[in-house]
Amino acid sequence: MSTTATSTKVVLGGTRGGPDVETLRTDRWWIQPMVTASILTAFIIYATWAAFQNRYYYVGANVHRDLISPFDSPCVASDCVSGSKAGFFLNGWTLAPALLILPFPLAFRFTCYYYRRSYYRAFWWSPPACAVADAHGSYSGETRFPLLVQNLHRYAFYAGLVFNVLLTYDAIRALRQPGLGWGVTVGTIVLFINAALLWLYSLSCHACRHLCGGGVKSFKAHPIRYRFWKFLTPLNAKHMNFAWASLIFVALTDVYVRLVASGALTDYKLF
Amino acid sequence: MTYEHHEYDVLIIGAGGAGLRAAIEAKQRGLRVGIVTKSLLGKAHTVMAEGGMAAAMGNVYPEDNWMVHFRDTMRGGKYLNNYRMAELHAKESPTRVYELEQWGALFDRTKDGKILQRDFGGHRYARLAHVGDRTGLELIRTLQQKVVSMGTDVFMEHKVLKLVHDANGKVAGCVAYSRPTGEFVTFAAKAIILATGGAGKSWKFTSNSWEGTGDGHAMALWAGAKLIDMECIQFHPTGMVWPLSVRGLLVTEGVRGDGGVLRNSEGRRFMFDYVTPMFRAETAETEEEADKWYDDHSAGRRPPELLPRDEVARAINAEVKAGRGSPHGGVYLDIATRRTPEFIRRRLPSMYHQFMELAGVDITTEPMEIGPTCHYIMGGVQVVADDAATAVAGLFAAGEVAGGMHGANRLGGNSLSDLIVFGKRAGEGAADYIAAGEVAGDMDMSEVEAAVAEALAPFEREEGENPYDIQRDLQEMMQANVGIIRTQSELDYALEQLESFSERVRHIKVKGGRAYNPGWNLATDLPAMLTVCRAVAIGAGLRKESRGGHTREDFPAADAEYGKFNFAHSTNGGNWDSEIVTERSPLLEMPEELKALLEEAK
Amino acid sequence: MAEVTMRVWRGDASGGDFESYTVAQNEGEVVLDIIHRIQATEAPDLACRWNCKAGKCGSCAAEINGKPRLMCMTRMDQLPEGPVTVTPMKTFPIIRDLVTDVSFNFVQAEKVPALLPPPMPEGGYVMFQEDVQRGQEFRKCIECFMCQDVCHVIRDHEENKTNYAGPRFFIRYAELEMHPLDTNDRRDLVREAMGLGYCNITKCCTEVCPEHIKITDNAIIPLKERVVDAHYDPIAWLGRKIRRRTKRSADDAAVQPAP
Repeated sequence: MSTTATSTKVVLGGTRGGPDVETLRTDRWWIQPMVTASILTAFIIYATWAAFQNRYYYVGANVHRDLISPFDSPCVASDCVSGSKAGFFLNGWTLAPALLILPFPLAFRFTCYYYRRSYYRAFWWSPPACAVADAHGSYSGETRFPLLVQNLHRYAFYAGLVFNVLLTYDAIRALRQPGLGWGVTVGTIVLFINAALLWLYSLSCHACRHLCGGGVKSFKAHPIRYRFWKFLTPLNAKHMNFAWASLIFVALTDVYVRLVASGALTDYKLF
Repeated sequence: MTYEHHEYDVLIIGAGGAGLRAAIEAKQRGLRVGIVTKSLLGKAHTVMAEGGMAAAMGNVYPEDNWMVHFRDTMRGGKYLNNYRMAELHAKESPTRVYELEQWGALFDRTKDGKILQRDFGGHRYARLAHVGDRTGLELIRTLQQKVVSMGTDVFMEHKVLKLVHDANGKVAGCVAYSRPTGEFVTFAAKAIILATGGAGKSWKFTSNSWEGTGDGHAMALWAGAKLIDMECIQFHPTGMVWPLSVRGLLVTEGVRGDGGVLRNSEGRRFMFDYVTPMFRAETAETEEEADKWYDDHSAGRRPPELLPRDEVARAINAEVKAGRGSPHGGVYLDIATRRTPEFIRRRLPSMYHQFMELAGVDITTEPMEIGPTCHYIMGGVQVVADDAATAVAGLFAAGEVAGGMHGANRLGGNSLSDLIVFGKRAGEGAADYIAAGEVAGDMDMSEVEAAVAEALAPFEREEGENPYDIQRDLQEMMQANVGIIRTQSELDYALEQLESFSERVRHIKVKGGRAYNPGWNLATDLPAMLTVCRAVAIGAGLRKESRGGHTREDFPAADAEYGKFNFAHSTNGGNWDSEIVTERSPLLEMPEELKALLEEAK
Repeated sequence: MAEVTMRVWRGDASGGDFESYTVAQNEGEVVLDIIHRIQATEAPDLACRWNCKAGKCGSCAAEINGKPRLMCMTRMDQLPEGPVTVTPMKTFPIIRDLVTDVSFNFVQAEKVPALLPPPMPEGGYVMFQEDVQRGQEFRKCIECFMCQDVCHVIRDHEENKTNYAGPRFFIRYAELEMHPLDTNDRRDLVREAMGLGYCNITKCCTEVCPEHIKITDNAIIPLKERVVDAHYDPIAWLGRKIRRRTKRSADDAAVQPAP
């Protein structure tokens, strides 16, 4: 073959080698997309159920606890149970507060570079695994609406940060034990771990890494942003781990609060 | 017959560092340039170079300058060099390196933002501009991207069979075939630059790829140019020895430059026992002294592991012969006990992966088993230093295929800088030659037809031998008889054997069609390999002394008389099996001021 | 001495099929050793592209048991028991046997607007390690084109080859965008003609890279974020309007001769 100055055209339709099969992979490549699909489906089903349940999301003064589920914080519905209400509320909204809140963190996760990889593989099968045929006849990637919206990931990231602050505040508030003063319960720790994982997930985000330092051309000229970038880069390498850990833990946090609020579990006081 | 035909002002054969640099130069002079390469663009053997390119920029040691570099090169070459090439190389390499940065190269940096330089064998100061241990890749990618951005025609996977003259004996073009299609192609050019690299594939344990068959050496000889110093072959001291399938694979000298040491099976740093008089004054005598040197070159003298490559290769060979080798017939190269794992992984990432993935050895915790491997041919086409012109009008040569620059032994790091210094000069030389107007006329088509007929003959034979068998036997024969340590009886035997190999090549039978047929491709490489092997064996038999990359068991010392000339080969007939005629070609007389530089050093 | 059965694809543009070869296998050998043994004995015309046999040139990419791998870096003893399947890279047209026509990549290479640095000062450019190291990671690329081969955008959708540069060239664009000396702006080019938006970051390129370059995390996503800066982020757009900073574009570079 030769390349010349005038040959800058791609020739399409050449005969390809190898047999015409979906894949020649002999390993169990389908396990990974299957696991991903199972966990994500389970989370969505649970979150939907929890949101529509619209009760047991807050443990209040009656059991000397101040725990709120991350699904329903800030509680801005007009009929939020007493004690759980945020500083303001939406007059007339009587559905579950989770329906107002969940869209933001879900948008952050939906547009996340890591989750995109996972659900494009697991649900859309585009492709299901490397060197396994794409399930679709045509493909335009993220070049058209609606997937073009993925480019607004950084705004979902900003929104995620707001929720991180609120959930951190909730964790601090969970140190308050109405009627008893300050203390630490298992629930407090659960809320703190949840907040910490969400911070790690947000800070390790690719958009965050770009905005904090990756976008500059010369690190030498921007030493502070370079230090941010150097701090975030190893976190970014673990973005996948934080994505799963925080997703699963946020659901577990909700489960815990729900169990305590419904009276099925006692929130054990540590000190 | 009619063939696909192309016409250029300058045709460059070979797309390694020298060829691409020559192309850039010719292109900048406004000429029509074509490049022909045996593999894909960017795969040439230049990518294998690891340690760096030597240029006396003085970024790490300001006391370094071209005069010291010149002296080091001449001493390393045991004064057999074409002094003018060594001089131009030392003077121009810094500019050539800086130029690469304009085209996108990203070298490792010093703290104050200059190009970082590393220590290497035979170089007095840290002098090698580098990128980790993949400097060759950086060089070829930079040049390749520059060439592509200039819109140069590149004929990939085309094997050139023979240079073709016009009626007056000037080089007028060449005949090649496309490997993917097997179809023949002719190229007419006003000037041809050979940049085909080396010839190490004729040895069994070699760092060279399949391409290193000496095509350019052989084609130049057939076309009427002269080959010099063909007996001077560099066996790199550190090649892998195990597993067998990667035996010969290069382990960069950077391992030693960064603190690695050689030990025998008894754990002794044996290089202290092999310091020859020429280097005694500047080499450390104790391990303590040597170890101080790495951090501060004024605190101690150089460690003996960093002697020139020929010295180290001979020492390893001697240790193994004395029964102090490693289980697989090498010695140990140890950096694990001397540097931290982080340092090793950062400075030598490719070596780390190479051993981890191919040998299952973690070089941050275990020593490497290494031994000498055929690496580089100092000998090559005799050229005029300033414009890279050969004895044939219209034919130029640069890079490993050209001889003289490195004398009897090349210093590590001098090859990459050789490529860019003389690649550029060859491009200029060709452009000037064309501007002078005395270029060749039409190609002699009878030469084309003869080459095509010869290439197709292996298909037509009813029976004959598999080319792979011949290549394997040739490699074994050359390794055994024309290896690191040579002796007259073995060299005579080799010459006899080469005659019978020629006979076998005349009876090759190739199976299959012409499209991408590696068996046929090898069959067309073998004539060049045999020509080169014969020149090497003849030169080695005639040079009755030991000097640099040529070591004779029966003449273990250097002989001053032999230091005054090169053996220059030409052919009677211009065919691959034509008789080779050898004469003594006196070295260029050095100007007094350069002689004085060398005297100072003694 | 152990023996191994290899199922090797033999054929050209007119068709082909698997052929089985049973050959000897020695300790420490890689797939390329076995292919060479087949060439040297049973099938001297078995076409396979290779050069350095050390993982440095990237010539011998093929698909081993269905996965893109370098034949020279795949040890036989690390493959599962049983016959080993070797096929040519699927994304590129076949030439013969294991050799494919990778000219798609060379066409893409020609489209890359060159580096456009300021004039070199006396004594060379000053650049710092922290500024060159990002580009150095991408310059480790040995152009084996396995990332291009595995990328479903062109592997499974041939028609996208006309509007998609592929991972190998995204790391090249990222390298230039992060190059401390470069004065071009290639973000429009990357978004439009080079089809960055086609990449749905499924990361197969990173998985197959023999040089372990973090193609997705360190090149493609930073490029996507740079494109967002230039095109999709209203606040960044406003900031640019206020500060009136315009960068030169790739089109400008096309008319300016690189040094």
